[in-house]
Amino acid sequence: MSITVLKPGLLSTFQDLGRTGSQHVGVPVCGAMDLKAHRLANLLAGNDADHASLEITLTGPTLRFEAPACFAMTGANLQPTLNGNPVAGYRPLIARAGDVLAFGAAPPDTGVRAYLAVHGGYALTPVLGSTSTYVRGGFGGHAGRALAKGDVIGLHASLPTAPESLSELAQALWQIRVYVPSALSGRTRDYLRLLPGVHWDEFTAESQHDLLHAEFRISTQSDRMGYRLEGPPLAMSTPRQILSEATGYGTIQVPSGGEAIVLMADRQSTGGYPKIAQVISVDLPDLAQRRPGQSVRFASIELDEAQRLDGQREEAFTQLREALAPLRALLRT
Amino acid sequence: MNESPLTSSSAAWRIQPQGDRCLMIYFGDQIDMSIGRLCLAAANLLRHAELPGVTDVVPSFIALAVHYQPNGRHGPRYAELAAQIERLLSQDITPDTQTGRDVEIPVCYGGEYGPDLDEVARHAGISTDEVISLHTQPGNLVFMLGFAPGLPYIGVHDERLNIPRRASPRTAVPPGSVAVANRQSVLYPSRLPGGWNIIGATPLSLFDPARTPSTLMQPGDRVRFVPIDATEFDRLREAQQ
Repeated sequence: MSITVLKPGLLSTFQDLGRTGSQHVGVPVCGAMDLKAHRLANLLAGNDADHASLEITLTGPTLRFEAPACFAMTGANLQPTLNGNPVAGYRPLIARAGDVLAFGAAPPDTGVRAYLAVHGGYALTPVLGSTSTYVRGGFGGHAGRALAKGDVIGLHASLPTAPESLSELAQALWQIRVYVPSALSGRTRDYLRLLPGVHWDEFTAESQHDLLHAEFRISTQSDRMGYRLEGPPLAMSTPRQILSEATGYGTIQVPSGGEAIVLMADRQSTGGYPKIAQVISVDLPDLAQRRPGQSVRFASIELDEAQRLDGQREEAFTQLREALAPLRALLRT
Repeated sequence: MNESPLTSSSAAWRIQPQGDRCLMIYFGDQIDMSIGRLCLAAANLLRHAELPGVTDVVPSFIALAVHYQPNGRHGPRYAELAAQIERLLSQDITPDTQTGRDVEIPVCYGGEYGPDLDEVARHAGISTDEVISLHTQPGNLVFMLGFAPGLPYIGVHDERLNIPRRASPRTAVPPGSVAVANRQSVLYPSRLPGGWNIIGATPLSLFDPARTPSTLMQPGDRVRFVPIDATEFDRLREAQQ
């Protein structure tokens, strides 16, 4: 039971919820950039637990299923095809042995990252409690790197191999209604919402105003580690050296040059730059789907409200998980 | 250096949110052994408290970060977690002097191992032997790890090792390099960019994700650097493999 990589794509890495628990020894969390799409892919592939999904960036890979599998794709619509025929995202699908999954070009109005989950998960060895790939560190995921041509990735679950029973299963899956609650939709927001960072008060009034009112452009020097924002320069009223301390996903730090950097999934666990603000957790998937050259605007929000929205999203995941019980039951047989 | 006992009840600390999934506890505003020990003691206390929803407790020089999931079934909201932590810290904790391990780190100083040793000596106005003597004094603390997996920040060294960072950072520092700046040392676990002054190298592996524990040092460890020669360096490096 495996899939073979015929073409690797631009940057295809296995990611899960992240390598938490080791940040105090300097290990970055990594994990899916768009955690919402990653979790959806797992649920729609009939997984109860969190398994790594394949995070696919802009140009997708070409993969051959060597055994029957149930899979689901979420996030950016990178025009997936199975044996040349377009297939739908956001629902469980069946691949037969020998089927080839390929991707087209990303339309400009879609996101940049798609997530491919398989029922039962990929056979990967956890490193420090996670199967997320940390490319810079060379560990996690598959061989600590992005997919390469010729890689063979094992699959944990097996499906019936007889063509009739597989057709029956595909039919049954097709009957399952999949309704993704609006709290989990991939809608793009006009404004990403911010909480003040720990050094917010030390920035000039002009910088505070600019961050909340100006338009910023995502620089081409942006990757899984951080998004650089081009826009009005930001400055502290009295610049000073900041001692290294912990950062998080969505922390906006400002080096002395004044160009803001939003720290993303592969961020270092600590940083020594002043932190002006923090993108709220529920808006990070939206940011993670934006590409260099795209613009971004920010608005402020209260902490209570940000945590309420986070809880609401969690509730939506719980509901979807319950609604998909029939899917998991089908795949168990 | 302020070495007077300092407990959390006598020290001022403040808790503030860092976004919606992390909070910071500040114990001071400058690098200081007693503030560092307090951060580490608080880190131990909070880690052992196993607070629901908390995923990471990350000490640094003056602050402690608590990463948490506010959204699960038992995950706390900020106000709730801050109140819990406030209660825990209000117990009389003393700066951590007991829980860290004593660690000896062999270092081969100067030459190809420490290309900046001469420059550091010149800057400090002392001989290279005196730099090594100051650097190998006992009583250093691993304040934190960060920047890269397994990279420790160690201090506080003698005032004479208050050397600024290099004007132009190197794009690639060899693994194992021991470098100083601002009365601290860092050790590079892998080939990384770095602006600190390299005075030596250790043959020991600082990070191996397949090893338990994965890092040579932990926050709170007490470190003593031990000078070794090139022969010993090679012998220890081979023994590592």
